[in-house]
Amino acid sequence: MTALLEIKGLHAEIAGGRKIIQGLDLTVNKGEIHAIMGPNGAGKSTLSYVLAGKPGYEITAGEVYLNGEDLLAMEADERAAKGVFLAFQYPLEIPGVATLTFLRAAFNAQRKARGEEELSSPDLIKRVREIAKTLNIDADMLKRPLNVGFSGGEKKRNETLQMALLQPSLCVLDETDSGLDIDALKVVANGVNALRSAERGMIVITHYQRLLDYIVPDIVHVFAAGRIVRTGGADLARELEATGYAQYQSEAA
Amino acid sequence: MGVAIRKTKAELGLADLYQGARRYLPGGEEITAVRAAAFDRFNAVGLPHRRVEAWRYTDLRTQMKEAKRLASLPDDAAKTKAREARDLFAGAGFRKLMVVDGAFVPELSDLADLEPGLAIQPMSDALAADKPLLSQRLGPVVPDDDPALALNTALAANGVVILVAPGTALSRPIHVAFVTTNWVATSMFTRSLVNIGAGASATVVESHQGPDGSEYQVNTAMQLVVGDEARIDHIKVVGEGNGALHIGSLLANIGARATFNQLGFVAGGSLIRNQLFVRLAGEGTVADIRGGALLSGTQHADTTLAIEHAAENGQSRETFKAVVGDTARAVFQGKITVAPGAQKTDAKMMSRALLLSDEAEADSKPELEIFADDVQCGHGTTTGAIDDELLFYLMARGIPPADAKALLIQAFIGEIIEGAANESVRDALTGAMLGWLGQRE
Repeated sequence: MTALLEIKGLHAEIAGGRKIIQGLDLTVNKGEIHAIMGPNGAGKSTLSYVLAGKPGYEITAGEVYLNGEDLLAMEADERAAKGVFLAFQYPLEIPGVATLTFLRAAFNAQRKARGEEELSSPDLIKRVREIAKTLNIDADMLKRPLNVGFSGGEKKRNETLQMALLQPSLCVLDETDSGLDIDALKVVANGVNALRSAERGMIVITHYQRLLDYIVPDIVHVFAAGRIVRTGGADLARELEATGYAQYQSEAA
Repeated sequence: MGVAIRKTKAELGLADLYQGARRYLPGGEEITAVRAAAFDRFNAVGLPHRRVEAWRYTDLRTQMKEAKRLASLPDDAAKTKAREARDLFAGAGFRKLMVVDGAFVPELSDLADLEPGLAIQPMSDALAADKPLLSQRLGPVVPDDDPALALNTALAANGVVILVAPGTALSRPIHVAFVTTNWVATSMFTRSLVNIGAGASATVVESHQGPDGSEYQVNTAMQLVVGDEARIDHIKVVGEGNGALHIGSLLANIGARATFNQLGFVAGGSLIRNQLFVRLAGEGTVADIRGGALLSGTQHADTTLAIEHAAENGQSRETFKAVVGDTARAVFQGKITVAPGAQKTDAKMMSRALLLSDEAEADSKPELEIFADDVQCGHGTTTGAIDDELLFYLMARGIPPADAKALLIQAFIGEIIEGAANESVRDALTGAMLGWLGQRE
C-alpha cells in the first residue's frame, strides 16, 4: 500500500544558507495522526512550510511523496488541490477580501484543479454555514475581511473551518494551540477530531503536550535540530512534558 | 529672465487652435474677454514641464507632441456610435446626459421628466448668453496659474450645466457620459458646471471614453459649486482609449456643513492628468476624496490634489491608491492647506501604490501647509509589491497564483470603490476593475 506521505532523507535550508532540516525521514499512513514535538527552533514550522510549498526554502536533498506523487515538484496551489492543508500558526489578515469570498475562491479553485464541477454559491454558503455552526463561528464573521480584527481563537477556528470545508487528505497543523485559551482549544480540537478518518492523515506540530490531550495522536516524534530523534506512542508526549527537551537538544548538538 | 523660450510644435498648434476658433467660440463680450485673458496666461508660460512644481512628474511640454485639430460637431454616424458605446452604468437607471466629441447632444440625453428643482442645459448656451460660468463663480478656487486649466477656459466650447435648486434632494443619479467617437485624433475642450443649492443633494457621475488606437486629446473641466448643508457625491471614471491624452480639472467650492464625496477612477487612457482643486469654504464641512488607478503598459497617470480648509471644524479624508503594472507610472501629489482661522480642522491624507512589476513606478508627494494652530493633519505614503506571505496563504488554499494576485489587487483597490455610496456605482467600478484584471491575464 502506498503511504499517504513519505519523506525520505530530507534536507532543507532557508534560501541564503542556514540549514534547518537535516535528514528527515517520516512516513504517514492514511488514518494516522502523528504529533511532532520539539523545542523552539528545531525546524518544526519550516517542515510545515516545506510540505505546503512556501517559497524561500531550498531543498538540498531528499524526496517527499504524497500518495506516490512527487510533492516537491508542485507549486503550493497544486499541493493544496492534491489534498495538502497547512493550518497556519499565524493565519494572515487580508483586508478587503471577505472570508466567504476567500472560502469560495479556494473551494472552487481546488475543484477546478481536480477537474470537478464548481459548487454554486448558495450550495457553498449552506455548506460553510453548517460547518461554521459546529465551530461557534457566527455568520457575521464570514462577511468580515479575512482574519482582520479576529481574535487568536477566531483565527484558529477559521483555519479549522477551512480545513473542514476543503476536506484535505493530509492536514498539517502548525502550533494550532498557540494563542488559544482552554475553551477555544476544545472547540478547535473537536473540529479537528471530527475530521479524523481512515482516509486522512494528520501531522500535529506542537511545542506543548496540552494540545495532545485533546487531539490524541497515534504516534509521537521528537524533532530536534532538524530531524526526528525519537519516536513513541501517545505516552511519549506526557513524558516530554515532565522531562522537557533539554536532553534532545544536547543529543542533537 | 527675459529669454524667449522657443515654442514647441504643440504650443504653436494650440495657439493656432485658439486663433482659429475664438471668433466662433460661444460667448458674449464678457466671456470673450475671459477667454482672451486665459489664453494670454497660457501663452505666457506655455505647456507645463518638470520645472513647474505642480507638474513636476508630468512633463506635458515633452509628452504632448502636437495639438490635434478641434473635433467637429458630431454627425449622425458619430451619434450612432456614441449611443452604442459601452456604458459602465447601463441598467443602473441613472439620468444619462451625453457629450459626444465635446458637444452636449440633447437628443441623446435623457431630459424627460426633470425632477422639480433640476435644470439642465448645454454649456454652449450658457456661454453664448454670457453667463459668467467660466470662472467667476468659484473665486479663489480657480488657480489662475495653471496652464492646462487656462487652455480649457480659453477653448471650452461646450459641456453640461446642471443646476439643482436649494432644498432639492435628487434621488436619481445623473450620469454625464463624455464619448469620443472618431478614431482620427482630434482635441476636445469641455467645461461643465454642477451647482447644488443650499440643502440640496445629488449624485453626479462623469465617465470619459473613446476608441483605442487613437491619440485624441481631452481637456475637460468640471466646476462644482455646493451650497451650505448640501451634499454632492461626484464620481469620475476615466476609461479613455489606450492612446488618449486626458487632462481633467475639478474645481470644487463647498459651503458650510456640507458633505462632499468625490471618487476618481482611472482605468484607461495613455497620459492622464487629473487635477483637483477643492476649497472647503464654509465651516463644519466633511469631505471624502478618493482616487483609484489601474495602470498597465506604458500608461502615465498623475493625480494632483490641492485642498484648502478655509473655515473651521472641517474634516477631510484623502485616500488614493494605484495599481501599477508593466512600465506604467502613477503620480500622486496632494497638498492640504489649512487657512488661518480654520481651527479644529481634521485632515488625513494617504496614498498607496501597489507595484506589479520591477519597472513600474509610483511617485508620491504629499504636502501640508498649515496656518492655524489647533488642527489635526497627517499624511502617509506607501509603495510596495504584492505581499509574498499573503500570496502564499492564498496559494496554500489552492488558489492559483494569477487568481491570488487578482484577489489581492481587488482587495487593495476595493477600499476606494467602497467609498461610493451608490451601489450601482460600486458595481460599475467593480466591473471596470474586473475587466482590467481580465485583460491582464
